[in-house]
Amino acid sequence: MNLLYALFVDPWVQMGQAPDLLVQTLWEGLVSGVLYALIALGFVLIFKASGVFNFAQGIMVVFAALTLVGFYEMGVPAFLALALAVGVMFLLAVTVERVVLRPLVNQPDIILFMATFGITYVLIGLGELIFGGNPKRMITEQLYLPKGAVEFKILGGFVSLQKIDIAAAIIAAIMIAVLAFFFQKTRIGRALRAVADSHKAALSVGISLNQIWAIVWFTAGIVALVTGIMWGARSEVSFALQVIALKALPVLILGGFTSVPGAIVGGLIIGIGEKLGEFYWGPLVGGGIESWLAYFIALAFLLFRPQGLFGEKIIERI
Amino acid sequence: MFYREAGQYKTSYAADMAVFPIRQDRIGLAVILFTAFVLIPAFGNQFFLSSVMIPTLVFALAAIGLNILTGYTGLISLGTAAFMGVGAYACYKLTTWFPGVNIIVWIIASGFVSAFVGAMFGLPSLRIKGFYLVVATLAAQFFLQWCFGRIPWLVNYNTSGAIEAPERFLFGIPITGANATPESRYLVVLGVVALMTWFASNLVHGRVGRAWMAVRDMDIAAELMGIRLLTTKLLAFAVSSFYCGVSGALMVFLWYGSAEPEVFVINQSFLILFMVIIGGLGSLVGSFMGAALIYMLPIVLRLLPAALGVPIAAATVEHLQFIIVGVLIIVFLIAEPHGLARLWQTGKQKLRIWPFPY
Repeated sequence: MNLLYALFVDPWVQMGQAPDLLVQTLWEGLVSGVLYALIALGFVLIFKASGVFNFAQGIMVVFAALTLVGFYEMGVPAFLALALAVGVMFLLAVTVERVVLRPLVNQPDIILFMATFGITYVLIGLGELIFGGNPKRMITEQLYLPKGAVEFKILGGFVSLQKIDIAAAIIAAIMIAVLAFFFQKTRIGRALRAVADSHKAALSVGISLNQIWAIVWFTAGIVALVTGIMWGARSEVSFALQVIALKALPVLILGGFTSVPGAIVGGLIIGIGEKLGEFYWGPLVGGGIESWLAYFIALAFLLFRPQGLFGEKIIERI
Repeated sequence: MFYREAGQYKTSYAADMAVFPIRQDRIGLAVILFTAFVLIPAFGNQFFLSSVMIPTLVFALAAIGLNILTGYTGLISLGTAAFMGVGAYACYKLTTWFPGVNIIVWIIASGFVSAFVGAMFGLPSLRIKGFYLVVATLAAQFFLQWCFGRIPWLVNYNTSGAIEAPERFLFGIPITGANATPESRYLVVLGVVALMTWFASNLVHGRVGRAWMAVRDMDIAAELMGIRLLTTKLLAFAVSSFYCGVSGALMVFLWYGSAEPEVFVINQSFLILFMVIIGGLGSLVGSFMGAALIYMLPIVLRLLPAALGVPIAAATVEHLQFIIVGVLIIVFLIAEPHGLARLWQTGKQKLRIWPFPY
């Protein structure tokens, strides 16, 4: 009885008693959700256009952030470093398309998945070789990102929001809007959607698959760079960040591999669910449940919708 | 010329269905077994036995386990390390409860514990397919790893949080613990791995294996042909976890000697997935080849600069090692996406007609 009370009643009572704490937890969940969503977004872009389950997205986030900070530490002005980092991501996209994707076209999914593991290893090695393995500070002031916190007085308590988190949420929203515009209104965007629908049909109307793949990987690289800046500003830039890539998997699966809105909604659900679970239910089992809760949340959703919340319905024929 | 089946007639169905239908293959197998059981323990030095052969065999067993699930049944899993952990912790609990029972019995029994846990986490596979299934196995990976770290009962409430292999004997010879010689440990591992490989080979060539492969190729069609998806998929999960569990128990008891939860992290799962894919999906020989290649590659890369006399800092070597492994994976996938097992087959085919290719 006590256990049932602690499981099903007590957390809600706590939430009701301290609504300001609840709001704070929700906000923190929302922020980490936004960042998960951004990583998942990179995954979705690549999966939609090339059918590749890109395991390297997480490491691309780290690599992009490292490049930016690395260039800055070499004495390059901040915004030039940003431009150079974008250039590096472009080079990376072209190289990946040329060296990995083109020779492996038409192979089974799992082979392509493995190839992105190869990319992950190369990027880890390269990043550590060039920029060193030590954690670095993200150059927030130089990029004019806000610092400090604002406090609100609501519901009889204080809720403090980090300004950088607010900026992250806004930038994420802007980026998603830009991407949506890019996909819906531009020529390349239409070509991207055509490739996502059917490779063969797209080829037959004269869309170059190779070019599209390079563009998609470049777009994912930009998304990775933005994610890297935001995440790096909250903690620091190091290879420990790659663990978050694995957190993006449940997000992705929850939202559906092929859906951009799914990635965002999935990210928010996982982020908020994880923080609430850790804060209110975690102490019951000794804490640290953040490491696996996300996967169980995703699993619970999947049992009812095997293709994810927004994924295309899987139709199987014989 | 040397590898040709001309003149070998099959006079019964049993001969036709044999796993090794060609005499040269049987001779080759006998040579390999003789080398492994007699020559290597007789002439191998300590380093070779305990740092090369034992790990390779342990990983090969885990790779066979994953291959049964991913290669034969087509269910992708990223939870291999966690199931290995279940085997290791189960074996530790069992042997500290009942110290009198032979350790080999407990190693096999811990496989069954792991099989049960694996089947539990395999339940979602009935509804979830493809990459979506990865999340179920990742849930297993992170949840089980959390359990290893957070449940003190699993480590008998010791303060270090690690499990340590107590000394156990087989025929009066210590095979676990500090006093076990590399030779005895190697022979035990080899014996278990050889037996289980033989069992797996029979399994995948029989009715069960055919059902698995049918499910892999198209599960709906398999269901229409009268294969029960529930039992087949769960059996695949159970057998796969059984192999992983035994391999985990061998790893801790006969190789590491002690283990912390950090041994069974996700990177270990990735490593075994590499082995399976580089070795060849759906091939037992491939599992061995993949395990040997992926395990020995970093060792060779580490020893290489010193052997060539190139002065490089240790850290640089480690970074270069990452790059080289990554590049090799990509190059290898491009050159032969079906893995080492396919290379082996092509090689055998070439050998058949050598030296007259027409």
